[in-house]
Parts: sequence; structure tokens; C-alpha cells
Amino acid sequence: MAQAQTTHATTEAPGGAHEDIGFPPFETETYAGQLLWLAITFVALYILLSRLVLPRLSGIIENRRAMIASDLDDAAAMKSRAEEAGTAYETALAEAKGRAQALAQETRAKLSSESDVKRKALEADLNQRLADAEATITAKKTEAMSHVDAIARDTASAIIERLTGKAPAPQKVEAALNQIKA
Amino acid sequence: MASPIEQFQIKPIIPVINFTNSSLFMIGAAAVIVGGLLLATRRRAVVPGRAQSMAEVLHDFVANTLVDATGKEGMKFFPLVFSLFMFVLTANLLGMIPGFFTVTSHIIVTFALAMLVIGTVVVYGFIKHGTHFLGLFVPSGVPAWLLPFIVVIELISFLSRPISLSLRLFANMLAGHIALKVFAGFVVSLLAAGGALTILAPLPLLMAVALMALEFLVAALQAYVFTVLTCIYLNDALHPGH
Repeated sequence: MAQAQTTHATTEAPGGAHEDIGFPPFETETYAGQLLWLAITFVALYILLSRLVLPRLSGIIENRRAMIASDLDDAAAMKSRAEEAGTAYETALAEAKGRAQALAQETRAKLSSESDVKRKALEADLNQRLADAEATITAKKTEAMSHVDAIARDTASAIIERLTGKAPAPQKVEAALNQIKA
Repeated sequence: MASPIEQFQIKPIIPVINFTNSSLFMIGAAAVIVGGLLLATRRRAVVPGRAQSMAEVLHDFVANTLVDATGKEGMKFFPLVFSLFMFVLTANLLGMIPGFFTVTSHIIVTFALAMLVIGTVVVYGFIKHGTHFLGLFVPSGVPAWLLPFIVVIELISFLSRPISLSLRLFANMLAGHIALKVFAGFVVSLLAAGGALTILAPLPLLMAVALMALEFLVAALQAYVFTVLTCIYLNDALHPGH
């Protein structure tokens, strides 16, 4: 130390004779002190960094990495869930479409069969009425035709009575009419 | 005017415990590193601010350098490599502040750090690989007659590592600071000379400014070089086979 002090004093001297100054990095008597304090400082620095600072720093970085990874995982899971929901929706939609079609078909079939039945019933009813009407016409016609004989007989006897002045025997008129009809 | 090497003088502060200006700046560097990093990471934010980003960049930078050189298993040396890098970088940069002492401009300090690296390599190499670690000096695929020479060369190259590692850092810091001081001294000398010489004073000043920028680069670069070489040497301890 004493020598270092001396050197220092020389440096301060005006005019600075450089030759007199030792080269500080090669002044071996300062080595012990530098090594001692370097050892103390560096060991302290190493311990503080490795125990306190670096765990905190790598903790922050690791934490962020884990957070990003888990967020990405969450995003992937949500995406797959969304895709699943999409497929489920498509399936449901297709199913619903199929069911709607089936329902429509069924309804159409039911409606057409119902209307068929109704139409047939109506037709049967109409046919029935037609037949009834025809039967009535036939009956009326037959009845009317049966009246024609009586009318002809009455008319014939009335004409003969007017012509001859006396009513003919009904049997004769009857016979004459039958003769004409035949 | 003061000599350009006066700035490297070791001045006692508390002589009883050998506490000097060098000790003060070593402790200062360690305090700046630990305090700065703790302050930067105090919020432990997921989205980092500027200071925390810087701390993370330093962490990732050293970690990547180490992993690139040694692979994943080299991360067990991460606290050591990170401490070395931060200590050298901070000591270099603190030395750039005018009037501040540069710890790494002393060969004994850089040599001690280099020996710490080589010592770690040797001790870990022998513990992990035993005598197999000596295979570091015997490259495979060399003809038998050539082997003695190769072993000697490898041995010399291995032994010169702490010297080159420490000298490189020491010489860079020393030379840079001397050059700065010399050019700054020219400014003062020219101003003092008076007359026509005074007009020339801005020229060495410009040079000193340019050198200052260069020295900042050197301060960071030498810390990086020291770290990269440390990683490469540690790789030998982890994988001694060539």
C-alpha cells in the first residue's frame, strides 16, 4: 500500500515524469486485495443471482410460456368444441329436414287418402241418388203408362157415346183397345 | 497534466481491510446488477415493461448463447455464465463513466475470472468424466506417429486459454481507456498551448467522442466475447470427445 501511495504522489507531481510511475495493473502488491474483494463480490453476486434474481426471472418467463401454452390449448379445445357443435348442428339440421319431409309426405298421403274416401263416399251417394231417381222415373213412367189405358178407354167410350149417342159396353171397348195395342 | 495510466491507480479507501477504489467499484457493479434486475422484475408482469423486457432480454441472450454452445445440459452452468457476463459487462460500462474506476482493466481481475472458468471446466470435467476427460487432448482419427505432437499442441492450446481469455479483456479495456485519456489530454494541451494550436483543439475532441462510442461497443462486445468463450470451454467439460 505504501508503494501505491508513493506512486500516486509521483503522479500528482507537476510535469508528470511518466518513467517514474509504475504500471498499476502490474503492481503485484495490489493483487491480494483485488483478489480478496473480487472473491467476496463475485461469490455474493453469484449467490444473489442464482438464489434470488434468476429464479424470479426464469419464473416470469416460464410462467408466461405456460400461460401461452395453456391459452393455446384452451383455444384448440374451444375450436374443436365449436367444430363438434357445428357437426352436431348439421346432423340435427339434416335429421330435422328428413323428419319434416317424412311428415309432409305422411300428411300429404293422409290427406289424399282422406279425400279419396270422401270422394268415393260422395260418388256412392250420388250414384245411389241417381239410381233412386231413375227408379222413381221408371215407377212414374210405369204408373203413367198404366193410366194411358184407362184414359184411352174413357176417351174411346166418350167419343163413341158422342158419335152413337149411347155408351158402349166397357168389355167391347176393352177388347177393341187390346186389339189395337196388339 | 495527469498521466494516461493514472486512472488505473489502485487507491486505498479503508487500508485495514484492503478496501480500495477497485473493491468499491466491484461492489458497485454487483449492486447495480442485483438491484437493477430486482427492480426491473419487481412486478413480475406477464406483459413486461421496458425495464423487465431488458432483464428478460439479458436472461434469454445469455441462455441462448449457453445452449447454442453446450446444448440443454449446459444450463446447469447458467448462473455462473450469467454472473460472469453481467459482472464483466457492468464493470466495463461503469468504467465508461468519466472518473469511474474500471475493474476489468486490471489483469489480476480478468485472470481470476478466466481461472474461475478454466477451473470450473477442469473440476467439472474430471468429476463428470474421470480420466475420460483427458480425451480432450487426444483427438480421434489422428495417425499414431502424429499423436504425441497433437497432444502437446492441444495441451498448450488448453493452457493458453486462461491467458488469452484474461489478456483479451484486460488489454481491450486498458488500451481503450488509455486512448481516450490521451486524446482528451491533447484537447487540454492544445487549448493551453494558445495561438494557432488552440484552433486545432476540437479535432482531438471529435476523436475522443468517436472513441467513446467505439469504447461503448468494445465494453459490450468484450463482455460477450468473454461469455461466448466461457460457453465454448464449458462445452469441453460437458462433451470432452472431439
